[in-house]
Amino acid sequence: MSNLRKGTLTGAVLGALWVMVLAVTVSVALSFGTGEALRPGILWSLAWGAALGLGTVFSPAILIGLSVAMGLAHVVLPAPVLFGAEVGPVLRLATGAIMALAAWWSLRRILDDVVPGDLTRHEFEAAVIRFLTGFGYVFFTAIVAIPFYVMVMTSLKNQSELMQNPLDFGLDLSQGWHLFDSYYELMTDFNFGSYLLTSFMVSVATVFLTLLFSIPGAYAVARLRFSGRAAFSRSILLIYMVPMIVLALPIYIAFSMTGLRNSIVGLVLIYPVTTIPVGLYMLQGYFRGLPAEVEEAGLMDGLSRLAVIWKITLPLSLPALASVSLYVFMIAWNEFLLAFMLLDDPSKFTLTRGVAMLNSSEIPRQHLMAGSVIATLPIMAIFLGLERFMTKGLTAGSVKG
Amino acid sequence: MTDAVPPKGRGPLARREARLAWGLLLPTLAIVSAVVIVPLLAIFWISFKPIGLADLRPPAPVVRESLRGSDDDIRIQYRVRNSSRSEPIIGVTLSDTLPDGIAVVEADPRCTLDGPSVFCDLGDLDAGGRDEVEFAVTLDGDEDTLGDAAESSEPEMRGKASNILTNAEFTLDNFERVFSGDEFLHVLWVTVFYTLFGTLGALIVGLFATMLLNSSFKGQGILRGLYLFPYVAPVIAVAFTWIILFDPFSGSANALLIRMGVTDSAINFFGDRPLALIMVTVFEVWRYFPLSFLFILARMQSIGDDMYEAADMDGASPFQKFWFLSLPQLLGILSVLFLLRFIWTFNKFDDIFLLTGGNAGTRTLTVNVYEQAFAVSNIGAGAAVAVVIFVCLLIFSFLFFRFISREEGL
Repeated sequence: MSNLRKGTLTGAVLGALWVMVLAVTVSVALSFGTGEALRPGILWSLAWGAALGLGTVFSPAILIGLSVAMGLAHVVLPAPVLFGAEVGPVLRLATGAIMALAAWWSLRRILDDVVPGDLTRHEFEAAVIRFLTGFGYVFFTAIVAIPFYVMVMTSLKNQSELMQNPLDFGLDLSQGWHLFDSYYELMTDFNFGSYLLTSFMVSVATVFLTLLFSIPGAYAVARLRFSGRAAFSRSILLIYMVPMIVLALPIYIAFSMTGLRNSIVGLVLIYPVTTIPVGLYMLQGYFRGLPAEVEEAGLMDGLSRLAVIWKITLPLSLPALASVSLYVFMIAWNEFLLAFMLLDDPSKFTLTRGVAMLNSSEIPRQHLMAGSVIATLPIMAIFLGLERFMTKGLTAGSVKG
Repeated sequence: MTDAVPPKGRGPLARREARLAWGLLLPTLAIVSAVVIVPLLAIFWISFKPIGLADLRPPAPVVRESLRGSDDDIRIQYRVRNSSRSEPIIGVTLSDTLPDGIAVVEADPRCTLDGPSVFCDLGDLDAGGRDEVEFAVTLDGDEDTLGDAAESSEPEMRGKASNILTNAEFTLDNFERVFSGDEFLHVLWVTVFYTLFGTLGALIVGLFATMLLNSSFKGQGILRGLYLFPYVAPVIAVAFTWIILFDPFSGSANALLIRMGVTDSAINFFGDRPLALIMVTVFEVWRYFPLSFLFILARMQSIGDDMYEAADMDGASPFQKFWFLSLPQLLGILSVLFLLRFIWTFNKFDDIFLLTGGNAGTRTLTVNVYEQAFAVSNIGAGAAVAVVIFVCLLIFSFLFFRFISREEGL
């Protein structure tokens, strides 16, 4: 182990691995961006990386020189990123420049304290951690961003373009507004405007009903003393754990027989029940954390319990209410299974059910993706705008998913 | 003077408080039991019933009314049919009101007439049986309009049939069907693989993400928001995106892999065994790592700095600090997360259903419920699978409360 902690070895190994990460990242990113034939050359990136890493350990000046050399190598010589024969010199040079800059900027940081001789355990591990951190940022950003990027870009292209070169996500900007044709078609021919409205109304109704039922329940469990309180508190969690598909079957049967299937009312009846346990669980935790003294002062001053809840507890728990509302809204907005099973009539679809309808071989891909974007955008906008509440809500309640 | 003793038993105040508590809980209890407890009992009931999708419509007599014949031989005809091919209907009756302008000349012997209203007692109707009632009538007016008027007044049918959902017929066939053969073992294995690796993967990847975001730096909030996207986005949107991304013919992932020389021909990611199972598990990890990372991050940030400062003084290296300080501190939340996520991954239906539809060796227990009930149209068998799921869950929650709740105070 201590032999591993030679500065030169550490530098070479980390450099090699890091340049490989860079090469994969840059070639995937540029492939997606330009549609040209780029691929990482694993062996070449390992070799170049080892050289760069070694150089960094000895002197920053060597790193600069080697980075420039590696960048230029992309034009003529085998380099970390390899090109198809038809790729022009401009893209090669640009790739080289990006690689050189990225390698110079990051290797200097990763191999900050690494010197040629023996390393202390601290220095060694710090360098490894900096490497892993860098890798982590690249990795997570890639796995999260790529699917969403693909979703948006596919919705803006047409089927034949996609079939021709599935890697080319560049946009033909000369089309102007025609880029958004599939959105326009969804809104006009596929009734998506009404689905948006339905989804919104159903979600808001679900939030409202959930709060209506879970606030009193949560307050009772959190504050009032009665026999069976502990058992009740636990059974909330138990109900949490019953899978929807188990309930969906009898609900389907019951709704089929009573004619509630295929109606928005039926959906609004069912959704809150799936979210009330969530609301109960989140709110009772918050209510417990509120100081009981304030409420007792209210009681002493002659308020009834219900007035205490209305005038003291609820105003104090507005942030929690916001979190619960957002979280419940998200669950209802994203709900798919029940909408899929219970709704058959295209005029009554929710957004998720509408998107599921688009998954057919007769409907072009970009429509499906445009539908997905329409379903995703509102919830993302809400999420980014109110991230603070949302994150709190997620941590407090989202044992469910 | 007697000693002052604390009051025994429950005083009026305590009773009033308990009453209020139950009052507040009652609506919630009522609605939750209506939609959770009753369906659960129903599932047990149905699982012992030989019931298919078609049986959901109970057997009923169906009637068609028409005006036939011409000139002096005009008849009103009611054609009655039993909608079920397996269940007889007993005591079928028909009642209808004839429009003005139609006068009955000769009635069917089973019917009685009272002015314009007709009542017929048709007796029993066999399974899939048919019957006809005819009246000879005279018309006073245009034949077409009267025909339309006659057909527009819907005859009312009554009859009793035994409903498969409520009768006393029970069977064990459903469970036999579910447990028979290698299929059940395979489904069980797929479920265990998916649940275990999906949960573990999400935890480990989430832990890694936590380590990245635990340090505060500029843009940390943005990155944290970005990393939550997979969890926040609707499952249907991201599942379809994955399908398109990994499509064997026009998917970008395949094009990329071919270009990079990793593979020669396109890989059918969601269509080949055992790759499909691995892919849906990866999807599960991708979609739920944000959740574990949020939880772990919340716990991580509540650990005080002083412990780490002490460790620094003692010369602990970064990995030692992680291994000997952070990890033991996180063990509680990690085990809670593991159990909760285990249960929820076990329950997961949408993801696999959307990605593969349970094909290519990805059929888990929950997907099997859908498959049996709707694809094979055997509701009873679907309910039997649901019962199996429920029993598994009971065991899990027993373990959960046994080992975890004391520790984390849930």
